[in-house]
Amino acid sequence: MTHESSENIIINREPSNELENNWRQYLSFSTDHKVIGVQYMVTTFIFFLIGGLLAMLIRAELITPPSNVVDRPLYNGLFTLHGTIMIFLWIIPFNAGISNYLVPLMVGARDMAFPLLNAISFWMIPPSGILLISSFLLPNGTAQSGWWSYPPISLQIPPGQPINGEFIWIVSIVLIGISSIMGAVNFVTTIFWMRAPGMTFFRMPVFVWSVLSAQLLQLVNLPSLTGALILLLFDLSLGTQFFKPLENGDPIIYQHLFWFYSHPAVYIMALPAFGIFAEVLPAFSRNPLFGYRSLAIASLGIAIVSIFVWVHHMFTSATPSWMRMLFMVTSMLVAVPTGVKAFGWTATIWKSKLHLETPMLFAMGGAAMFLLGGVTGVMLAAVPFDIHVHNTYFIVGHFHYIVFNTITMAIFAAIYFWFPKITGRMYAEGWGKIHFWLTFIGANLTFFPMLPLGLQGMVRRISSYEPRYQGWNIVASLGGFLLGVSILPFIANMVGSCLYGQRASNNPWLATGLEWQTTSPPPRDNFEEIPVVKRPPYDYGDPKYSVIEPPDYHQQENHSR
Amino acid sequence: MWRFLEYLLIAGYIVVLLVVSHWIGDQAYSWMPVEATAEAQKVDRLFSFLTAIGAFIILGLLGMMVYSVLFFRAPKNDYSEGHPSRGDLRLEFLWTVTPTLLVLWLAFQSFNIYQQLDILGLQQIVHLHTPLEEPVYAELSDDQPKPAAETIDVFVKQWDWSFRYPNNITSNELHLPVNRRTRLNLHAKDVLHSFYVPEFRLQQYIVPGRDIDIVVTPTRMGEYQLKDALFSGTYFALMTAKVQIESFEQYNQWLTTAENQTIAWENQAVAEYKQPPKTLFKSNWYTVVPEQPAIAEKRKVRNDT
Ligand code: HEM
Ligand SMILES: [Cu+2]
Repeated sequence: MTHESSENIIINREPSNELENNWRQYLSFSTDHKVIGVQYMVTTFIFFLIGGLLAMLIRAELITPPSNVVDRPLYNGLFTLHGTIMIFLWIIPFNAGISNYLVPLMVGARDMAFPLLNAISFWMIPPSGILLISSFLLPNGTAQSGWWSYPPISLQIPPGQPINGEFIWIVSIVLIGISSIMGAVNFVTTIFWMRAPGMTFFRMPVFVWSVLSAQLLQLVNLPSLTGALILLLFDLSLGTQFFKPLENGDPIIYQHLFWFYSHPAVYIMALPAFGIFAEVLPAFSRNPLFGYRSLAIASLGIAIVSIFVWVHHMFTSATPSWMRMLFMVTSMLVAVPTGVKAFGWTATIWKSKLHLETPMLFAMGGAAMFLLGGVTGVMLAAVPFDIHVHNTYFIVGHFHYIVFNTITMAIFAAIYFWFPKITGRMYAEGWGKIHFWLTFIGANLTFFPMLPLGLQGMVRRISSYEPRYQGWNIVASLGGFLLGVSILPFIANMVGSCLYGQRASNNPWLATGLEWQTTSPPPRDNFEEIPVVKRPPYDYGDPKYSVIEPPDYHQQENHSR
Repeated sequence: MWRFLEYLLIAGYIVVLLVVSHWIGDQAYSWMPVEATAEAQKVDRLFSFLTAIGAFIILGLLGMMVYSVLFFRAPKNDYSEGHPSRGDLRLEFLWTVTPTLLVLWLAFQSFNIYQQLDILGLQQIVHLHTPLEEPVYAELSDDQPKPAAETIDVFVKQWDWSFRYPNNITSNELHLPVNRRTRLNLHAKDVLHSFYVPEFRLQQYIVPGRDIDIVVTPTRMGEYQLKDALFSGTYFALMTAKVQIESFEQYNQWLTTAENQTIAWENQAVAEYKQPPKTLFKSNWYTVVPEQPAIAEKRKVRNDT
């Protein structure tokens, strides 16, 4: 059911014809942030499917203890590319895509600050991704040293093969990184300078706050990864010795540079997901977002604290005690702003009027599973415990509760929630619900077993294991295949609804937020007229569900708070 | 009246939660492998404590969500407001300050346990071979390990562990006397590895070019497995070694027998390289070739690591 049948206070303009059926624009070099947003989302979804196939191969290998599906070098290539693709070609660029689509609409801008730069950022992604994946075709295959690419293991390459998997891996990640930096400059500029009149910082939706925080992190931390990878490339191809331990280099320095970006990266991935929860939960519970200001500020808080926690990935890397203790405390402190968010979501749902449409199911499911991901994260910050489970499946379980069960669930929530806005059509609710239940059950079956496995000491990245670990591994593998199946109703729904879905009104969920004030899909310049914002966001306590001032309500504005 | 009932209900729920999460915390011990060192008992205590607190938070919030799904559903087509409250400063203050105090407490507890581990000898010192960095680390060497009864050298390379005992015997099995502080001197030859025995609750990266010491005090006799926990290349999964914890007499006896006889020493990586297992997909991609340990033939070796 959609909200369609209820009284709809926004004038329902027919989507203009020129906007439909011109799918060709999605294959063109467009500078419209909406087209670029969709291009990002569709491209990265294809990478997600490829990364998912690799994951299912990994799970097929792990269903039995011996190594019998893929040989060991191939297994190592599989998990290396699975992790790399999922992080650098799915979650991070998908977030760039959805942010691209939404941020200008949400702040009331006609486009991003630098539309051409925006298009260039996107067009760097497909070639980099194809380059990375094509390394499967090299005679000695892809990179095999994991997505961390720790030296000196990453420097062990086939002799006499200058173009090898590792080389391609580094080049593609550096290119993707450059694209991200250009994107970050664009987002930060847009949010600072392109806001509509009246859109003060504390009238911005939390989604915009979280994108701002995430993109600031990209600017501060990504150069560290890029630098590390370029030095690694020198070591690999030019015979330098920055990270070679037997020749005066120091591989631990690489770890510091790598995690200085890659820890904040988890928040670059998670913050937009938190932002999505903050949009979807209020709309489907008809409550204002509880504690809006603290949730907005918590986004920045998370970003700032997470710059100072990277050593928690290195507690066992010959790290001195003082450093272990210091980073234990900072890592645990991230729980404070994160907790503020989780409490805020729960309080928003509490005593509300819940509508459990698909976006809400995904948002609530994601928020619920985030609890397990977050709590295991705080446990891992405790040095004595981390020393036991570091590099075991406990870690793999923990971060998949974050990257899949929270972030990917949030991404699905977002796709369903803004689908009517983007396409001008409704998706099929029944298929959406099937998709949700398959995903929710599959995700828990896949990733929960990894936690007990890790506690029992099953090491990650092994392609064969002791028979005593088999029970939980069977559950995880079957869950993984179920996740593979769960994506089919989603694809069917998206394709079918794009073509034949029921027409959507401009604001089918009766949500607040500027993006709902324009047509579905929005015109080239987003708004007929740039709106003037005079109200706080999440105005669900108000009968008009609106942050802008509709002309006919001018006199009766009398809400007091 | 309703308000009062509501508070009563919430208070009752919290009591139930406290009981349940306490129980879950107790269960947490059984999720772990057996405890083979004094350190392991301490780590498990910390884990149980963290689990109890985590369970309380998860179940608390999850309970609120489930309750909402059951009882706060909107009638169809009712899109009116739920309740218009946008926040409550007291509540927000409470849920900022409480977690802050909570994590400081968690950090304090973890710190305490960590200190105790140190007393018991999880302590490690790092000698750097790079002269450039020596001064920096020299300052940090308040990390002096306590004197240990035995010292065993641990050598690791792709993909093989070996151990050298005080009488200069080298073996691919790690034998440790029970209840004695034993220092392990870790050396890696090629890439990074990680020394990990789950029953010891202990993991330490081994960095080529640095000698890293850890001290362990096993408390429970039996056979365990040493694993390499940090990915080290093609045959990483095969990098295990037997750990035998035995009485001091048995340990000494083993040392003398080992001195006098040659034990066949099969390296799993070498075996697999020569005779690859049948797999559905074969890539035949490049791998570093595993070498049979040179010391396999000669039991006694000189200091040529
Ligand atoms: C949504 C996005 C996902 C992300 C961002 C993600 C990310 C990652 C990363 C970074 C790793 C570590 C790779 C390494 O150790 O180098 C990993 C490992 C793994 N992932 Fe995923 N993953 C995702 C989804 C999935 C799914 C759906 C499955 C199951 C079907 C899965 C199964 C696994 C397994 C089994 C491993 C461990 C491989 C090994 O260590 O041997 N992942 N993932
Ligand atoms: Cu981290």
